[in-house]
Amino acid sequence: MLQNTNRRSFLKVSAAAGGGFMLGFSFLTSCEQKPAVVMMAPELKMPDQWTQLNGYLKIGENGITTIINPNPEIGQNVKTSMPMIIAEELDVDWNDVIVEQGKLDTENFSRQIAGGSQSIRQGWEPLRKTGATARAMLVAAAAQQLEVPASELRTEKGVIHHDGSGKSVSYGEVAALAATLDVPEEVELKDPKDFKIIGQDTKNVDARKIVTGKPLFGLDVMKEGMLIAGIIHPPAFGMTLKSFNADAALAMPGISDVVSIDCAPEGKEMQWSDGPTVRKQVAVVGKSTWAVMQAKKAVKVEWERASDAESTAGHAAKMADLIANGEAEEARRDGDPEAAFASAAKIVEATYSAPFLAHNTMEPMNFFAHVTDERADLLGPVQTPEFLEKSIATLFDMDPANIEVGMTRMGGGFGRRLYGSFAVEAALISKAVGAPIKLVYTREDDMTQGTYRPDYLVKYRAGLDADGNMIAFHVRGTGTDGSPVFANRFPAGTVDNYLAENIGMDSNITTGAWRAPRSNFIAGAEQAFLDEVAEAAGKDPIDFRLELFDRAISNPVGESNDYDAERYAGVLKLVREKSGWDGDSGEARGVAAYYCHNSYVAQVLDLSLGTDNKPQVEKVFCAVDCGIVVNPEGARNQIEGGIVDGIGHALYGQLTFTDGKPDQSNFDTYRLIRHSEAPRQIETFFVDNGIAPTGLGEPSLPPIMGALANAMYQATGERVYDQPFLSAELRG
Amino acid sequence: MANYTISVNGKDHQVDAAPDTPLLWVIRDELGYVGTKFGCGIGQCGACTVHIDGVAMRSCQQPISNIGEKGNKITTIEGLSENGEHPVQQAWLEHDVPQCGYCQAGQMMSAASLLNNIPNPTDEDINAGMAGNICRCGTYLRIHAAVKTAASKLS
Repeated sequence: MLQNTNRRSFLKVSAAAGGGFMLGFSFLTSCEQKPAVVMMAPELKMPDQWTQLNGYLKIGENGITTIINPNPEIGQNVKTSMPMIIAEELDVDWNDVIVEQGKLDTENFSRQIAGGSQSIRQGWEPLRKTGATARAMLVAAAAQQLEVPASELRTEKGVIHHDGSGKSVSYGEVAALAATLDVPEEVELKDPKDFKIIGQDTKNVDARKIVTGKPLFGLDVMKEGMLIAGIIHPPAFGMTLKSFNADAALAMPGISDVVSIDCAPEGKEMQWSDGPTVRKQVAVVGKSTWAVMQAKKAVKVEWERASDAESTAGHAAKMADLIANGEAEEARRDGDPEAAFASAAKIVEATYSAPFLAHNTMEPMNFFAHVTDERADLLGPVQTPEFLEKSIATLFDMDPANIEVGMTRMGGGFGRRLYGSFAVEAALISKAVGAPIKLVYTREDDMTQGTYRPDYLVKYRAGLDADGNMIAFHVRGTGTDGSPVFANRFPAGTVDNYLAENIGMDSNITTGAWRAPRSNFIAGAEQAFLDEVAEAAGKDPIDFRLELFDRAISNPVGESNDYDAERYAGVLKLVREKSGWDGDSGEARGVAAYYCHNSYVAQVLDLSLGTDNKPQVEKVFCAVDCGIVVNPEGARNQIEGGIVDGIGHALYGQLTFTDGKPDQSNFDTYRLIRHSEAPRQIETFFVDNGIAPTGLGEPSLPPIMGALANAMYQATGERVYDQPFLSAELRG
Repeated sequence: MANYTISVNGKDHQVDAAPDTPLLWVIRDELGYVGTKFGCGIGQCGACTVHIDGVAMRSCQQPISNIGEKGNKITTIEGLSENGEHPVQQAWLEHDVPQCGYCQAGQMMSAASLLNNIPNPTDEDINAGMAGNICRCGTYLRIHAAVKTAASKLS
């Protein structure tokens, strides 16, 4: 019999028993303790015994199932959706499932990365097979116990039924036997039409802990004997540590150590993800966060310039010169673009720019580390734990078996925590001072020493014939650390004469993946440009795009086109219908469509202008083709978030530099979108096509920048080419 | 360093802290109420929002010396309700608001304070009352809807 196994009642009672304070410390008192997340209340009839069927799941004798979420949770909701996939094929009642966050475990799990919107896409088959394999073993055990053929058994909500005899047995009752059986090599997966969990709106498994303030995040980690560390980065890019004097800081109460660390010593090959680290920095260690923050200001550090002092103005001039005169890599050429442009009846030309952006996760970078000569225990918010482990192994010449990396829930990722340099710093500091420490960045540390979204410049040209057909297309882009151009994406394949060119640009300002890398700029630029081309051709912007997709469907140009034109056109048609595009919304409207992370998104954005001419997004209609939607509730939340995030950064976001130093260092000068500036309404429509799921954390962000630019043009009569779209006055 | 007695979530606590220590770090580091978050340290993001005598305040901007002298009653997210049954918390669950979840304690404390002052807020009231809380994940629409739901539960 199942007793008190309802997950909700369990969580409710455990919260009552512990409270935030007690849970906080009991969860994190021992360095050796595994980062298990679910607290068990003693008065509950929790299982006396867990049976582990594989690395992902264990079943209690009373039927409660624990499923491990293998991947880092950064707010993309994989901690709910990945276990849902296992639970579906295992065929248990979702209310009997407890989810735990896994730690880095390269034996049991693969690709424990939060990046590229790939967790669900790449986890889909393995997670289904994991659940189905466990189910098959439980059925085989039940067949033995009930002495009936396995083929006559069916499962439902954790119970195995033999309809012929009316007998049944629960998973909990046969789990121990199942664990002794051979693991089947081949298992049958469910027909998607039989899904009971996948496709159902399912609440975030951590929601109750979040709304009651339970310790979930890296910043909440507390361990016995733990000290707090702060870091002093160079004040500007291109500078290196010369010397420091810590006398005044060490005299302050609660301060125990001031040390310098070398994050990339000679001869140590660090992982790509730890590359952007500033080599030499100064760390301050003490008893409390406030004491450390104050003492950092008292350390006298001398820095010296090692490379150029770059500035936003200098970058703008350099990128303009590269676009005009730079030597480009020809990424794709179809037909004869030069001749086609020469014969064109009309040429449309526009240049788009975007500034650096900081990630600005709400939780600043932080990490717990306890490193001794023998072993390293690390716990915190990192999107790439496996790479971190390798870097730590190299850095300390340590066997990976003696390194444990745990993942906390992350207060946002957006790509920033792919680069675990802060965790490397924490490990070095712990080793240097011989104590467990938690490194905590201030917001200023976080914003001024990031791995930023690069600054970009791209120039587009389109040639139209006398009938308004696009006969030539040319894109030429540059940006820090690489061009933003995707040569084989739309409109490649739709136009006979096509040229895509990339121009690289070096910089000592560190850049990296930022939610939907490159797409987060190029989608907005391309979709705004196509709006302008459609206007020049005298065509409706959706008709114009659909004509191009028709060409790509019936007679594509080239063979390496990186999109499915039918699915692309499908979302445009869907958003056209749902938004009533062919009617009159009464608002200024813009449309955009984009493909990235294997998913297709089309958006229509309605905009009004306030009395001060500041745009207010009234409504966004969003059509999405990401294949099967595992958790519609979570999926809609991701789509909405990407839209708000995209509108916010397009209107307000920028990080500028003067003499290598970021001009913005906190939210008083770096504008993020606020409550009243979000769209009033967002409506999301998913294409129901039964295709295996694809990315969702990123794809709604890139095109909204284009839809916004196009709606702003309709509202004001002026095109916007440079991000942020709003003037300093309107940004406020 | 000095000794202060502060009332947090209905309990008196003795703390030893430098007078300029922000309340945020006292409740997190000294008392272990880590539901209140650090976001910016300059009162711009709202992640550290707590109630001081029932009013939403940025705990990163309140030195412990002020609190200690005045004997204010502090409420953190852990004290908003015993088990998450406050209408604001219930509404947050109903609308499945959080993505990463980091800013949400501050958002909820602002919302609860707003509803204390204006039990039936208009859209404009919500916009104004929630203006000081940033969410990088972009959950503002769900927050907005949840505030309205909480208002209907309270009335």
